[in-house]
Amino acid sequence: MSASLRTALGRVRGLGSAGEGTAHWWAQRLTAIALVPLTLWFVISVVMLTGAGRGEVVGWLARPFNFGAMGLLVGAGIHHAQLGLQVVIEDYVHAEPVRVAGLMAMKFAAVLLALVAAVSLLSIFVRG
Amino acid sequence: MSNRDRPLSPHLQIYRPQITSVLSILHRATGVALVAGLLALVYWLAAAAAGDAAFAAAQGFLASWIGRLLLLAWTFAVFFHLANGIRHLVWDMGRGFELKTVTASGWLVVAVSAVLTLLTWVAAYGLRGSGT
Repeated sequence: MSASLRTALGRVRGLGSAGEGTAHWWAQRLTAIALVPLTLWFVISVVMLTGAGRGEVVGWLARPFNFGAMGLLVGAGIHHAQLGLQVVIEDYVHAEPVRVAGLMAMKFAAVLLALVAAVSLLSIFVRG
Repeated sequence: MSNRDRPLSPHLQIYRPQITSVLSILHRATGVALVAGLLALVYWLAAAAAGDAAFAAAQGFLASWIGRLLLLAWTFAVFFHLANGIRHLVWDMGRGFELKTVTASGWLVVAVSAVLTLLTWVAAYGLRGSGT
């Protein structure tokens, strides 16, 4: 066995030098894979809906499959986006107070955006 | 950063742009652009939920020349980020790291995103006509 400078406890915890493990990396990949079919479905759908009026769009969104797929697209999309923006902010904003405030604002905004999307979709699904 | 005169790694302005580095920053740039696209999508969904007036305003903006320009940019951004994202997932599996392969897959991503962007817009105009 080759010598390792890592302690036995450190190896078991698997959090690495940054102390955060692979959770961020893994979530980014999971959402990326989910977004491959969802994005293709979305682009095809938007092309089909080009120039449609509100009645047509709402009727289409109220169909269970489309309602579910749009919910998954927006959910996975926002999660993927906030993971990516987090890295961008961490890379470019060097002043710690600004970085922490920026990260907090971005994370709050992501949750708010997801809430608006969920309420809108549910409203369309229930009331049309 | 106490010694400001120490040598730095090559600058963006000095280092010759390569397909690898250009696509790398383009992946980040399109990702950020798609955040704006996501905001627009949620606005569009909220407008559809709100009622006829709000939805007409959203559609009016998206159909304007600036709206169409944004949609064109987002179309390319989504296809580029998707294709290059798949390229990244292949790298995550430990494959495709040979220099020749990296260059070839990079140009393939550029070609695929350009063709799919064009096809999407031809289909959109073809299905609905340019008047709407």
